[in-house]
Amino acid sequence: MVAAALRAEESARGVGLDVAHVSHAFDLKGVSLPVLDNVSFRVEPGAFVALLGPSGCGKSTLLRLLAGLDAPSAGTVSVDGAGVQGPDPAHVLVFQDPTLFPWRSVARNVALGLEARGLLKTQRYKVAEALELVGLSAFADALPHQLSGGMAQRVALARALVNEPRLFLMDEPLGKLDALTRITMQAELVKLWQRSGFTALLVTHDVEEALMLAQRLIVFSDRPARVRTTFVVDRPYPRHRDDPHLVALRREVLTLLGVEGGS
Amino acid sequence: MSDVTLASHAAVRPARKGVSRGALSRLGLGAGLAWLGLAGATALLPEAGDFERTQDFAAIAGVIGFAIAAATLLGLRSSGLARRLRYGAPWLVALALFFLVWELVTAKYQRLPMPFFPPPQAILEVFLDDGARLADSVWHSLLLLVVGYAVGATLGFVLGVAVGWSVLVGYWAHPILRFVGPLPATAWLPIAFFIFPSSWSASTALIALATAFPVTVLTWSGIASVNKGFYDVARTLGAKQSFLILRVAIPAALPHVFVGLFMGLSGSFAVLVVAEMLGVKSGLGWYLQWAQGWAAYANMYAALIVMAVLCSSLITGLFRLRAYLLSWQKGLVQW
Ligand SMILES: Nc1ncnc2c1ncn2[C@@H]1O[C@H](COP(=O)(O)OP(=O)(O)OP(=O)(O)O)[C@@H](O)[C@H]1O
Ligand SMILES: [Mg+2]
Repeated sequence: MVAAALRAEESARGVGLDVAHVSHAFDLKGVSLPVLDNVSFRVEPGAFVALLGPSGCGKSTLLRLLAGLDAPSAGTVSVDGAGVQGPDPAHVLVFQDPTLFPWRSVARNVALGLEARGLLKTQRYKVAEALELVGLSAFADALPHQLSGGMAQRVALARALVNEPRLFLMDEPLGKLDALTRITMQAELVKLWQRSGFTALLVTHDVEEALMLAQRLIVFSDRPARVRTTFVVDRPYPRHRDDPHLVALRREVLTLLGVEGGS
Repeated sequence: MSDVTLASHAAVRPARKGVSRGALSRLGLGAGLAWLGLAGATALLPEAGDFERTQDFAAIAGVIGFAIAAATLLGLRSSGLARRLRYGAPWLVALALFFLVWELVTAKYQRLPMPFFPPPQAILEVFLDDGARLADSVWHSLLLLVVGYAVGATLGFVLGVAVGWSVLVGYWAHPILRFVGPLPATAWLPIAFFIFPSSWSASTALIALATAFPVTVLTWSGIASVNKGFYDVARTLGAKQSFLILRVAIPAALPHVFVGLFMGLSGSFAVLVVAEMLGVKSGLGWYLQWAQGWAAYANMYAALIVMAVLCSSLITGLFRLRAYLLSWQKGLVQW
């Protein structure tokens, strides 16, 4: 079922990411709103990194910069040593809002990346594979307005996976899923990452999710976001929620985020 | 936009329930009897005037009456037919009563001034005796309208996309659109007739103009209001400019485009009739004019009926196309 992921060719290896002194500000009616403040970090090829931070601090903005959708006000973002000039189909962003095209069926939404790159004829099978991976094969012909919020998020995930990303940027991709589907999807994500070896950046509000998936947690401050701390999660996969090491780490992160006791 | 106001009507469509046999036979037979009554009154009551087609009209009403009665009996077995009959029966009764009153106040008792208000059989006479000329008029009207509308809709759509997409085109087109667009197309009529080589080409151009303005403006506003997130998604997945226009902007703008196409079609009817009355010596507008010249009032009513059928069918066709292309939308209005 994850044959697409098994075909981890040379080209599908993860990229190295270098964020150097990135600052970004928005212009709100003439007033400058600083959102990112001198953010620097490196992500090694094939690493899985989680980004945590308070709501509105600038995480989605950062992901847009990494995806090449916007250019930072200052600083540079480089992928494998080359500065990011614009979007690249191998650097896929799963948006916080699924933003499915309402006039396209689920399958045709998932096929978007193939169609945009003129690969639909030869690689149509990837659509069914991606849909199977997120458990929505039965909804291939449904329209987006017939889906629940969580299903729409899974379609957005499938749509991104079809592009076989080398850099996979995810903005709370599992935010609207129920607890059970969420745990399943987390496990799927880990397997997928291990098999295809992409570099993954995951924005999440769920500390436990970050600990289950990521090798490193980057915690941001309030707006304007600065890198506050980094946690290394040096545990093998598959991880277990009740691993004492993870439980201790979770308490530590929550304390840092201001949730005292962190139960 | 107007989709919102139209959508509320969809909610008040009557619920489709099963039809009880008693209710069906009462309603169906009632409607059948009403038409048979109309047939009887038309055939038997003495007439104040001299109408050639009275018996034909009575015969048609009688056939309709029998057909309704037969359908009622069949409907007791087929539920699809029963449901349609049940739904249409009140209208069938109302129509029969309408024709009956019309028949009585004109041909039978002459309560309405005569040449201006012909009885139904006089209009039937027009259809039967002047049908060829009417059909020819329909053909010419349709030809003019379809060519003008197609040209206008295509130009309006392309211009609307260009204005919505390109800043440069927008810069130049916007002031011109604002200045010239609101002018009613018919105001150009006198000028158009001497600028263009023939009155036919002038009328085509005016219909195209009347269509193009709303189509341009609504296509443009549709393109401008596309959720920017769609472009972001497509761009991260590797879309080029052409994909963004053809596969993202245009499909997303289509609901607006159809509002423009609808407004353009309604506007083009008005221009068509005026252009035919004043310039092109053919078509339904010209037929109306000609009938007026001969004080042939029955012919005018006949032409109006044909025109209503024609315009309504075209609008229905447009809505069908819209329902097909926009079937992904929730709560789409049925025409
Ligand atoms: N296009 C924009 N124009 C102006 N301000 C913006 C824009 N996008 C984001 N902002 C502002 O930038 C700040 C950071 O937004 P961002 O979406 O990056 O937050 P976030 O960390 O992703 O928050 P959340 O966790 O709630 O998703 C917010 O204060 C927001 O108001
Ligand atoms: Mg966000």
